[in-house]
Amino acid sequence: MAEEQKREFWRWLESNWVNPDINWRNAQYVTVGIDVGSVSSQAVVMADGQIFAYGNMRTGSDSPNSATNALKFALEKADLPEDKINYLIGTGYGRVNVPMADRTVTEIACHARGANFIYGPEVRTVLDVGGQDIKVIRCDAKGKVTNFLMNDKCAAGTGRGMEVFSDLLSVPIGEVGERSFEVDREPPPVSSTCVVYAKSEATGLLRKGWKTNEVLAAYCAAMAERIFSLMERVGVEPEFAITGGMAKNRGVIDRLKKKVGLEPMKTKWDSQIAGAVGAALFGYALCQKGKGRK
Amino acid sequence: MIIAGIDCGAKNTKTVIMKDGQIIGKGIVPTGFEQSRAVNESLKIALKEAGITKDQLNHIGGTGSGAKAITDADVKVNDIKAIAAAANYFFPNSRTVADVGAEEGRAVKVNAQGDVEDFAINAKCAAGAGAFIEAMARALETPLTEIGQLALTSTNPIPLNSQCAIFAESEVVGLIHAKTDKQDISRAIHDAMASRIVSMIRRIGVNPDVVMVGGVAYNPAFVAALKRELNVDQIYIPEQPELAAAVGAAVVAAQEGN
Amino acid sequence: MLANYGYSDGSGNYFITIDTDMCNGCGDCVEACPARVFEVVDENPHDPMNEEPVAIVVADKKKKLKYECGPCKPASDRPPLPCMEACKAGAISHSW
Repeated sequence: MAEEQKREFWRWLESNWVNPDINWRNAQYVTVGIDVGSVSSQAVVMADGQIFAYGNMRTGSDSPNSATNALKFALEKADLPEDKINYLIGTGYGRVNVPMADRTVTEIACHARGANFIYGPEVRTVLDVGGQDIKVIRCDAKGKVTNFLMNDKCAAGTGRGMEVFSDLLSVPIGEVGERSFEVDREPPPVSSTCVVYAKSEATGLLRKGWKTNEVLAAYCAAMAERIFSLMERVGVEPEFAITGGMAKNRGVIDRLKKKVGLEPMKTKWDSQIAGAVGAALFGYALCQKGKGRK
Repeated sequence: MIIAGIDCGAKNTKTVIMKDGQIIGKGIVPTGFEQSRAVNESLKIALKEAGITKDQLNHIGGTGSGAKAITDADVKVNDIKAIAAAANYFFPNSRTVADVGAEEGRAVKVNAQGDVEDFAINAKCAAGAGAFIEAMARALETPLTEIGQLALTSTNPIPLNSQCAIFAESEVVGLIHAKTDKQDISRAIHDAMASRIVSMIRRIGVNPDVVMVGGVAYNPAFVAALKRELNVDQIYIPEQPELAAAVGAAVVAAQEGN
Repeated sequence: MLANYGYSDGSGNYFITIDTDMCNGCGDCVEACPARVFEVVDENPHDPMNEEPVAIVVADKKKKLKYECGPCKPASDRPPLPCMEACKAGAISHSW
């Protein structure tokens, strides 16, 4: 049941898009970035550094297929044969499993570069909260990383932590954010950082008579605290952007915004493609240096 | 002199009654979500077994993560001090004590008098506590009481890469799907957990005799892994290792109570 | 670039920070560390357009730093850390 709901939540995110204003045939270099994350994978196709097409889908159980499928999905509506690609870069947690990649680049570098493109050169701090990790990246006006941390050891604050809670409380993950605000009064945050201990703490709160929504609120607040403490380690400089699946969870993000004291930047693009965009841009830069496929 | 030692822990609350240095009664109840109820309940059971009443107690020593709930205690005993005193009580030659409970792991360096010389703690993260093995047993659908025996039958050491209990659960499920033998997975779980505890113990130095207390000491695979990783011939474990902190609290209360 | 390798969990923060602007890729830290936590790579993995050697923390050690670094960090009377002593540029720091 819970498994079904999780899948449902991610399914609606699957999307692909082609830019009708771009004809790839006029481009000098066609480059592709594929970001294989633990939960979702994105392929972005760029024509001379402009987004031409992308696909965003759920990561399957094996990464090589996920990368191939994401690329096929991105090219589904685009009339572009795969052999016209001049450079392809794999990034993300599953980047070593992108069989057609010319090289790999870390998700840290790609996220900074991609955020610079989709949010604009004013972005200085990028927060990415994914299924299994949290990244906090500071970058300069060129999208070059100046300071970063990535926490992928501990589930606290990640999408996985939230999934555990949605299971525990039998609340579909897509409803967590809204329901966490349907409380009479904001409860104190769950005090345990560790997800295992937070789970027992939450069970105790339910026994004490707390309502499900109150426990959700207390956990969303704890997630916000957790994420904020990691951001403080790197330091937050405006402008500030949030990418990754958690960006869609108001319960965490609205509480986090209050702590940070900054309004996150907005973009017309799907923020989940940031990593893949960065990868495709590095590919473009390498082509310009003469390192592309002949 | 009759003393009660009460340890209100994350999982269980334990009471021992000691008369002139001998244990004459004990009570163990799950802590649950009402610590004070658990404290009273475990004390009641222990008093009954000892065949005495509460007003015959000269002192009550209280310790553990829920020590605040032990309102009857006239001596509050620091957790580390309790562990050291207990190790010294059971094994006077103990110098290095590992205490692995449900939610915390500790290593204490103790001298011949039972005083604390140094210590290291691993708290607030399930990766280094009994909760890790418990969560993995659930993922393996094996009772916690059997997972240790199961692990001992493994002849094929495999790695468990995830450090976090939540991520390790998914890794274990993945291993099951890949048809990995259950006993090999069980062993990997114990080895991973033991290597974390060993690293903590090494921070205070490994000096014989090495003693282990806390509920996880009941797990033979964990003790075997600990022995292997510490490279020691013998790890001394008291008969009821989960009672150690309560015994320590009683020992300290006997010394310090007025 | 300040590259923070490591993690934070319920028990604390365990990060090794390498200032890549100070690091010259000499590799002295690689030799000095008894746990082999460091390695030198040909280019900064987080700055792919810059082709200068730099020290990083080995991938499979990143999630275990608390344990890997444990032997150099006794609970009391901690001596100077060999990695920090070895780095003449002063590019390495520990958060715990």
